[in-house]
Amino acid sequence: MKIQILLFGIATDLLQTSSLAFEVSENCSVADFKNEIKATYPQFENINSYAVAINETYASDEMILNQNDIVAIIPPVSGG
Amino acid sequence: MSKTSIKITSEKLDLQACYDFVSDASCGGISAFVGTVRNDTKGKEVTQLDFSTYKPMALKEMQKIADLALGKFAIEKIAIHHAEGMLQIGDIPVIITASAKHRKAAFDACQFAIDTLKETVPIWKKEHFSDGQVWVNAHP
Repeated sequence: MKIQILLFGIATDLLQTSSLAFEVSENCSVADFKNEIKATYPQFENINSYAVAINETYASDEMILNQNDIVAIIPPVSGG
Repeated sequence: MSKTSIKITSEKLDLQACYDFVSDASCGGISAFVGTVRNDTKGKEVTQLDFSTYKPMALKEMQKIADLALGKFAIEKIAIHHAEGMLQIGDIPVIITASAKHRKAAFDACQFAIDTLKETVPIWKKEHFSDGQVWVNAHP
């Protein structure tokens, strides 16, 4: 199934884009997604840690992705 | 009347507007935190800072902080405004104001709000130096 990925901060520089369409299997968890995206885009090796948001809310590793979810890659934040 | 004012803007932040929003006849004090762009990082001269945001989520997270602060501290109102885009040295990236009957709650709410904002709100700054650029915190 297809999901939309939004990239921010250093992730936009590493992948040279701010959004991607990405194909994941059914019942894909956030942890699975992190492995799959690293396999497809080895640039993710260069980000030590990042959070994932699903539809604008922080998501834990166990959460399951659904078709058409908007999944955001949230590198360590630095606002303020 | 809303007790919270949440904003992300590419225009200059307005301290007076944040003050006026929280000002209330029932309050004995208003506390404000104003973040400013510093001219150096670890001894290296910074020329400007570029703030990018995941705006819809950042607004939600800022609203959560304001709502939490209203629950945790005896404050009347709170404003959290953040800038986005390119800022120069001395410019203001963030303003937080809180009003309360008694001062401690106002101080505590401001401290809580800025500390939490720096941990949870999806906003990123890129430091620009004379010889390059670095995403802050990208490699903790």
